[in-house]
Amino acid sequence: MDTQLLLQLLLNGLIVGTLYGVVAMCFVLIYKASQVVNFAQGEFLLVGAWVCWWLLTSYPLPFYAAFLITLAFMMAFGLLLQVVVLRPLIGEPVISVIMVTIGLSIFFQALMKWMFGVFAKPFPPIFAAQTVDVLGLQVQTVYVMSLAVSLLIMVGFAWFFKFSRMGLAMRAVAFDQQAAQSLGVSVRTVFALSWGISAMVSAVAGVVVGVVNGVSSALSFFGIKVFPVVILGGLDSIVGAVIGGIIVGLLENVAHYFDSQFLHWGNLYEVAPFYVLIVILMIWPYGLFGTRDIERV
Amino acid sequence: MTSVAYDRPSGDFKTSYGADTTIFPTRTSAAFCVAGIALVAAAPLYLDKYGLSILIQIGYLGIAALGLNILVGFTGQISIGHAVFFGFGAFASAYLNNNFGVPVFLAIPLAGLATTVVGLVFGIPAARLKGLYLAIATLAAQFILQDFFARATWFTGGVAGTPAESLSVFGYAFNTDARYLYVVLAYVVVMYLLATNLMRTRDGRALVAVRDHYLSAEMMGVNLTKYRTMSFGVSSFYAGIGGALYAHYLGFVSVEGFTILFSIQFLAMIIIGGLGSIMGTLMGTAFMVLLPEVMAALAGQLAGSPIDRALGLNEGIAFLREMAIGAVIILFLIFEPDGLAHRWRQIRAYFKLYPFSY
Repeated sequence: MDTQLLLQLLLNGLIVGTLYGVVAMCFVLIYKASQVVNFAQGEFLLVGAWVCWWLLTSYPLPFYAAFLITLAFMMAFGLLLQVVVLRPLIGEPVISVIMVTIGLSIFFQALMKWMFGVFAKPFPPIFAAQTVDVLGLQVQTVYVMSLAVSLLIMVGFAWFFKFSRMGLAMRAVAFDQQAAQSLGVSVRTVFALSWGISAMVSAVAGVVVGVVNGVSSALSFFGIKVFPVVILGGLDSIVGAVIGGIIVGLLENVAHYFDSQFLHWGNLYEVAPFYVLIVILMIWPYGLFGTRDIERV
Repeated sequence: MTSVAYDRPSGDFKTSYGADTTIFPTRTSAAFCVAGIALVAAAPLYLDKYGLSILIQIGYLGIAALGLNILVGFTGQISIGHAVFFGFGAFASAYLNNNFGVPVFLAIPLAGLATTVVGLVFGIPAARLKGLYLAIATLAAQFILQDFFARATWFTGGVAGTPAESLSVFGYAFNTDARYLYVVLAYVVVMYLLATNLMRTRDGRALVAVRDHYLSAEMMGVNLTKYRTMSFGVSSFYAGIGGALYAHYLGFVSVEGFTILFSIQFLAMIIIGGLGSIMGTLMGTAFMVLLPEVMAALAGQLAGSPIDRALGLNEGIAFLREMAIGAVIILFLIFEPDGLAHRWRQIRAYFKLYPFSY
């Protein structure tokens, strides 16, 4: 038993898990507001990270300025995507909508590869100190930042949906579209805005991961990993997304630990969440916090 | 999705169910099919090796895509893991042939059956799940099987890949493109006829009923679990056959080819061809096979021009192809959701009614 390694991996799991939680929250936001399963969630991270990287490396901008421009850009990007691509498909069967997001995912993934190449590019260093000491463990500063940013986003989401007017409107639309509409909530705006916010917040996660690991098309894999997370947490639960994210993050790293110490199968880190996904779908398809679908005729 | 209005624009004069469920709605359409088969059979006379290899590709991919269309287009279940079933068929056939000495012509259908079994294992969730939950389950299948391919050295040869012998019957080896074309053609004809026939039976109609309104279907006595699982099995069978044909055509199967992008290409084929259209599947496959070739040719034409230098078209051609796949999916879903099959019906109706279209 290598306790030090296990602890390190658990910490990694927690940090990656909160990031999964953030991305899953964005996914759930779109799903709840507009009933669209977004297979292009990972590409939001990818596009955001590349835009921020490009701003930082080609112009002498301070990090916060580049970051803010990225956020504004991603907001516009998400809005545009919803209005141009998703809006014509309202009322189409689920299959068509899923396929369109898959198409978007492929398109932007390839576009990013074409524009920026296939190799990972590191962010310019942002923090002076490389590592900090937490309870005797050497933790990279960027990890601490990542954890802090994730928690901040989660608190922000909670505030937004509890107290802001738009957040309440979004919850109303998610709860009952017709009733919300008849009370004067603009469903079109809510749909578009949910995509905008989702793209923007995902981009934050993208930038954070980019700062930690460098920017590459591997970022879009977050969009795939988000499925085990949201299925575990329940497709339409924001709390579930966060908890599911942390569980999947820990699970991956525990799997990796057992793999490297005892089993030596290799690659378990990548695949373990998908085994869990299958099992959950079989026994518990609505997840930890999801609403059971009851159909009446 | 009904084709009646386009096939018989002046009214529907059928007087029996038998007449309504013929394989070919009109004599002309039967003649068209026979002419098409004859044209492909004569292809070695007028096409070079490159043209033949494209025809063969359309053939084996078309078989696998038809399986996906039965699942997605006819049953309304969605699968994002079709490529791994295709890959499983390829490995299974090569494995049976290499390790047990099963002759290739027998190994191909056996590989289809083996893939059916694997498909059914992953189809168990399909019995309970629908729509997007199933999509996510097949996504998991994609990654689990892809990982299995890389891991199971005994089965796939691991990173090195596995060799596959070419098909031979009674000492006659189908080892050139011109010869293999007939094998693929025979399989395409048989598999497409099987699918057409399936859709004429109770089972086929049950699948469509599950797609259109599964609650009503269940109330009319259609066993949802049975038909969802069955459709998954049939789709895997087609994928397995397609994969096996692919393996024995290339002579080598590598573990790297069966990515999620390939799965999405299959989805693109059936969207472009038309969901729930059997002949459309073949059109969509042809479109998707020709698209990268046409793009490469166009980029080649532009090579050295200022546009090429500014955008790096030729270096980025692989990415441009991927982008085209994505763009084509989006554009077809927004502007032509019924696919090429629909467009083809309209063209046919136009000529049939010419000059008095109403």
